[in-house]
Amino acid sequence: MASMRDIKRRRVSIQSTQQITKAMKLVSTVKLQRAKARAEKSQTYFQSMYQTVISMMEKSGYMDHPYMKPNASGKKAVIAITSNRGLAGGYNSNIVKLVDGNGWNKEDVLIYAIGKKGRDALKRKGYEVISDESEMINEPLFSDAQILCDKILEAYSNGEIGEIYLAYTHFKNTVSHIPTLLKLLPVDLEEAAEKSDVETEGSDKTLMNYEPEETEALNMIIPKYVTSLIYGALVEAVASENGARMQAMDSATSNAEEMIDHLELQYNRARQGHITQELTEIIGGAEALSN
Amino acid sequence: MADNTFKLKIISPERTFYEGEVIMFECRTTEGEIGILKNHIPLTAVLAPGVARIHETESVEKAALISGFVEILQDEVTVLAEIAEWPDEIDVKRAEEARIRAERRLMEKKSHTNLARASLALQRSIARIEAAKK
Repeated sequence: MASMRDIKRRRVSIQSTQQITKAMKLVSTVKLQRAKARAEKSQTYFQSMYQTVISMMEKSGYMDHPYMKPNASGKKAVIAITSNRGLAGGYNSNIVKLVDGNGWNKEDVLIYAIGKKGRDALKRKGYEVISDESEMINEPLFSDAQILCDKILEAYSNGEIGEIYLAYTHFKNTVSHIPTLLKLLPVDLEEAAEKSDVETEGSDKTLMNYEPEETEALNMIIPKYVTSLIYGALVEAVASENGARMQAMDSATSNAEEMIDHLELQYNRARQGHITQELTEIIGGAEALSN
Repeated sequence: MADNTFKLKIISPERTFYEGEVIMFECRTTEGEIGILKNHIPLTAVLAPGVARIHETESVEKAALISGFVEILQDEVTVLAEIAEWPDEIDVKRAEEARIRAERRLMEKKSHTNLARASLALQRSIARIEAAKK
């Protein structure tokens, strides 16, 4: 049996770890509340933007526009949104797994990383990370999303990339966060119809008109669409990150509690054993003297 | 409810700006001002900075809409605006300052990109000032 001093030392060390995890949990709880309020506010915009653009495309029929059809390049751009800091349970590795487990050829994937953890993990796995906007995740701004969007759309129109995907963690509620891979461009109607829960009734098949004319309107609308989706994903990712960290720290705290209880029991047992032993020794000594 | 109304939704990144049944919705697009009544043909238009008027059954509300686009379906209109403000939220002084600044920059006529940006800023500030006027 370990000595009393060893057990005590171990318990103290676990206790201080527990204090840290407890504090981290509190911090992420506060951050989560703020991020959650933000995510909920922007979610309507995010969702209606997606649905509006999809329904617009549905009513437009076939369009000869660069944003609507795959171009010659076989490269895929993936915007991977993770966090800058760890200790958030499976939050970061889920995104990495999502990107990695897709069966894509590594040479064909270009990573636009947001978040250091995802960037490093994807780099280790052998993906090419061509842009790193990790500061963005600390305080997501609409203008940040715009800059990133401009960069990606430029690469897209130059034919450097053929498809744009967005990998982020969807914030469903405080306890459930779903890693999601969303195809931004070219707009894929069949896939989108499956995902969005809007009932696509065949009743309204009147063709959509555009003002200004089609190509010009799409040139203006698509960047807005991509930007707002990126922004929405950023905001949701921040909320998910804090939610994930809160959960991770909560279970770490209760694990520490369990260990402390266990060690306390061991310590008391050792103490009792120690006292009993000392008593036996004293009694033994006294008996030896009296004889 | 009278049956000449349709559903209007104005959504900005920060909030759902407006949602309700309206008779007419007027806004400024890149092609000019348009007024939308019920049973409009499906149309997607890109917004230009300007004042939007929301005609409810009894009253007319004004708002400044700055960039975004509007999707018009037969009985539903959705506006996705990047910036939307009610008159009482607009800081007139700031808008006035922005207008003067933009005008000055336009007078200077330096580089091409700055010009485009300045004229957009000018439109934005004018839209705000107009919307804030009673």
